[in-house]
Amino acid sequence: METVLESPSKTVVIGPDRAFCVIGERINPTGRKKFQAELQNGDLSRIEVDVAQQVAGGADMLDVNVGDPLADEIELMRQAIPLVQKLTDLPLCIDSSVIEALEAGLGAYQGKALVNSVTGEDERLEAILPIVAKHGAAVIGLANDDEIPMEPQRRLEVARKIVSRAGDHGIQPEDVLIDPLAMPVGAEPRAVTLFLETVRLIREELGVNMTCGASNTSFGLPGRETLGAAFLAVAASHGLTSAIMDARSQEIVEGVRATDFLLGHDEWGAAWIAAYRAKQAAAA
Amino acid sequence: MTHEEILKGLYDETLIGNAPEVKDLVNKGLAEGLGCEAMLYDALIPSLEEVGARFERGDYFVPEMLIAARAMQGALDILRPLLAETGAKPIGTYVMGTVKGDVHDIGKNLVNIMLEGAGFTVYDLGVNVAPEVFVQKIQEHNPDVVGFSAFLTTTMPMFKANINALQKAGIRDDVIVMVGGAPVTQEYADAVGADAYAPDASTAVRIAKDLIAKRRAAVPA
Repeated sequence: METVLESPSKTVVIGPDRAFCVIGERINPTGRKKFQAELQNGDLSRIEVDVAQQVAGGADMLDVNVGDPLADEIELMRQAIPLVQKLTDLPLCIDSSVIEALEAGLGAYQGKALVNSVTGEDERLEAILPIVAKHGAAVIGLANDDEIPMEPQRRLEVARKIVSRAGDHGIQPEDVLIDPLAMPVGAEPRAVTLFLETVRLIREELGVNMTCGASNTSFGLPGRETLGAAFLAVAASHGLTSAIMDARSQEIVEGVRATDFLLGHDEWGAAWIAAYRAKQAAAA
Repeated sequence: MTHEEILKGLYDETLIGNAPEVKDLVNKGLAEGLGCEAMLYDALIPSLEEVGARFERGDYFVPEMLIAARAMQGALDILRPLLAETGAKPIGTYVMGTVKGDVHDIGKNLVNIMLEGAGFTVYDLGVNVAPEVFVQKIQEHNPDVVGFSAFLTTTMPMFKANINALQKAGIRDDVIVMVGGAPVTQEYADAVGADAYAPDASTAVRIAKDLIAKRRAAVPA
């Protein structure tokens, strides 16, 4: 199954036989005090650097989140989407838990966007899926409802429900990416093994593409970049096809590209070797 | 083993999260006539405070904090009933929950473990907790502190809704209100009228202790 996302001049295809889709997570005010203060003043100027760094880092798509409870998120999203689209031709992931902000972002977006996200809760499904359908977008479905299940089978059930509800709204399974929920392994030793088992179940039964917030895994731990690279390698080998992740980190992105090659998604290592040459040339 | 050796052992083994050894040492201490309060106040609590300090400095990481707190909890399971018999007052009582509309609980659970490790009695109301449930549980448990946790920018406004509900019930001033969660800031905590914000579990324990000490000093029990 392949998910197609588009900007006016670029198409990204996510699929099990494709190179892993790296979605840059940086345009997000969580944990960024200066960015929060700027958003509260309606100032989006910091986004320019975020876009440049993630594009340089090798992102395939960019996530855009401008959520701050003391700012006008709807208006910010309406302005941020065209701003980012002026700075890059990468397709975007419109990220908010405010339904009106998703709507504003989709209204302002040129192309086919990814919406981040809906959960398995009826209320959220019925509010968000019609908007996704109306704009012909794709959507990320988090495998949780009013609780976060700790059993892979329960997460699969939620995923099944989301794919089925999306179908009721005319959204095809290829336009639903399930998030199997990556959680901090430092707080729960089974977090990643549960995640991998969930990925396997979803791949076997639903066959849809999957994404996750990869940085959650290494929360509160040293060596986050090494952990991130290793996590994405094992996750991709189980069937994860994209991740919202730190695209500024050379170690993580190179880990992902090496995994592409090793898993046969980069035939003869053409992209791997080309990236090496580009790096040589840049250093010369 | 001398009493000093047992206390030193408790301190050192809690610091590295060796739960079985901590439990053995507590039992050994009891068998050798070492007081519960000495073990708690001269070894276990200072050890967990050191864990917190290391975490805040960036020298300790989440798993190390967790296993140390769990080792401490194991000791408290033995000591708590004995301490209750002596009439010792708990460090404090804490009612905790993730706000309505929000199901994230990892951060909240970390705070709970550290609070319990530090000797607090914690009533965890779980996730997706409605304002009226907070009010009801505060009335039931009469805690020193209530903690509201939120992980989403869309559920953070529930802090204000909760505080309004406490005000309406006439219990706002009976309890210290603390807030936290990944997107929460000091500025936001101030804006909604919370008494304190903590960026992580260890800081939450430290602030809760400070605020309770201040309040007890101001209002003699």
